[in-house]
Amino acid sequence: MRVIAWLVEGTWPACVDAVRAHAPEDAEVTLLHVTGEDAPALAQGALAGLLGRAARPVRDPGERVAELSGASARELLDAAAARLGRACVRQERTGRAEREVVTAAEGAGLLVLARDGERRRLGPHSLGPAARFVVDHAPCPVLLVWPEEAPGLGTLPPSPPPPPHRR
Amino acid sequence: MPVVPPAPPRSPVGFHVGHHRSRPIDPVDPVAEDRALNTPLAEALSVVLLVAVLAGAVVRPFGLPEAVTAVPAAGIAVATGAISLDHARAEAERLGPVVGFLAAVLVMAHFCDVEGLFRACGAWMARWAAGRPRRLLTAVFALASVITAVLSLDATVVLLTPVVFATAARMGARPKPHVYACTHLSNTASLLLPVSNLTNLLAFAASGLSFTRFVALMALPWLAAIGVEYVVLRRFFARDLAAAAPPPNPAEAPRLPLFALVTVVCTLAGFVVASALGVEPAWAALAGALTLAGRALICRRATVRTVVKAAAPAFLAFVLSLGVVVRAVVDNGLGSALRHVLPDGTGLPALLALAALAAVLANLINNLPAVLVLLPPAASSGVGAVLAVLLGVNIGPNLTYAGSLATLLWRRILHRHGHGVDLREFTALGLLVVPGALAAAVVALWGALRVL
Repeated sequence: MRVIAWLVEGTWPACVDAVRAHAPEDAEVTLLHVTGEDAPALAQGALAGLLGRAARPVRDPGERVAELSGASARELLDAAAARLGRACVRQERTGRAEREVVTAAEGAGLLVLARDGERRRLGPHSLGPAARFVVDHAPCPVLLVWPEEAPGLGTLPPSPPPPPHRR
Repeated sequence: MPVVPPAPPRSPVGFHVGHHRSRPIDPVDPVAEDRALNTPLAEALSVVLLVAVLAGAVVRPFGLPEAVTAVPAAGIAVATGAISLDHARAEAERLGPVVGFLAAVLVMAHFCDVEGLFRACGAWMARWAAGRPRRLLTAVFALASVITAVLSLDATVVLLTPVVFATAARMGARPKPHVYACTHLSNTASLLLPVSNLTNLLAFAASGLSFTRFVALMALPWLAAIGVEYVVLRRFFARDLAAAAPPPNPAEAPRLPLFALVTVVCTLAGFVVASALGVEPAWAALAGALTLAGRALICRRATVRTVVKAAAPAFLAFVLSLGVVVRAVVDNGLGSALRHVLPDGTGLPALLALAALAAVLANLINNLPAVLVLLPPAASSGVGAVLAVLLGVNIGPNLTYAGSLATLLWRRILHRHGHGVDLREFTALGLLVVPGALAAAVVALWGALRVL
């Protein structure tokens, strides 16, 4: 069985811990990180918007950001592998995170991901658009973990009043 | 056909319409005589030249610098008489100090980077943030606003953005909100000083304001616009900012780039002193640039060639040529047409309308040509109108990716970066920020104009 963990900045330690706790001993573990293309493109666009600067002997900030993102992805995967403490495959992808994750999860036995939404107000928004997309389209079972300790039952909202005709 | 006499050359401090009344119009005026083309034809030719300059700057055939199309275009405008030699010279004389000022600021920013100022900025942001993404955003706002204001928006785009990205990544924070903050602030926070943006230098030259008065009038709009940006970005990226980053690696204390800091502070003080003494503040910028470049030369961290390259002569030639071509377009009819269209007066509604119009135009034809086109008619309505136009052309570009000239540019960028940025997200954020920031800044400007 192949277990794949989607690691995102800020929430990845919870995913690694979940793999340690729930992946079978003999499972092949893949740690996946997806680098977005938006940061380099944003930097590039900001320079492109400044008319007349192409002749300036400056390095394109988009290229610098792209290089830096590659390096930081490798650092994140190294830290995650160290935290996991067992054999694993590291996978770096570039593109739209949600689509890359679904593609990478093809044929896997389990996909582990962390909530990426607003977690101060529990409810639908605790899943951001990317995680929502992955949960909806995952081609395998999904293990969805809290980035921090799971909330207690006390956080449940009060039950709604019964509909008028049942009063 | 009636012979329309050309407008007189502008005075170096502003565009004063009505000035020509004091000068009798001589039927054999040498200026009128060298005008080989009649006005509609000249206007058509000027517009074609302007389109060629903009297309050349956007498409850059064979990767040639923008000046390669712009300089010949300006030459054609002068040779065909679309703009008289006198007017071209007046425009060059007006833009000369602006371009020199710009060159000095570019050199200063370059050598501040060589001195390690931007690396130190990264370390300061990381320390202040202490692993918390929301605090990092606050730090990015503070530093990007100051760097943009003092060392110009080019410095924020080219030098600070990669540093901010690296800081966020090293901290384990999601970089997108912080990179967005940099790119947005490079526009929004470029309101404060005449040196913050090339558009400001142009408006500064046209307005006839002193350096200190310009800053005094723009301080409130600057703060208001940044405040709106901060509130909107915090909410828009709440999800990304909520993701707690793992405890950061203990950051090594950065080496303080004392020389660069002292030089920059002295240059700022020099601006104020020069302005009080009635000296061109560009001289203070030149002194700052020479100090930083001189030190780099002595320490053998630079050669004369790198200093000249840092001043970007081809960019300066582009700005001058663009100015001449736009002047031809304005002189041959656009100026008087715009004077009828532009809202007149200095009331709040007029300022709001002007700023909105400038923002829209900046998104259609990019803010540099937009400000060149709008300044002459705005200058005749007074300082308030000039600064309102400036708010529009500086804040407006956050609305569309790459500040628009949309399709051409988009195509060119696509070649470089696959699919890149999420245009829907970019535009949604722009629609949330720009109207609010623009309105707040214009109201602040209106208030400042009444009080100061």
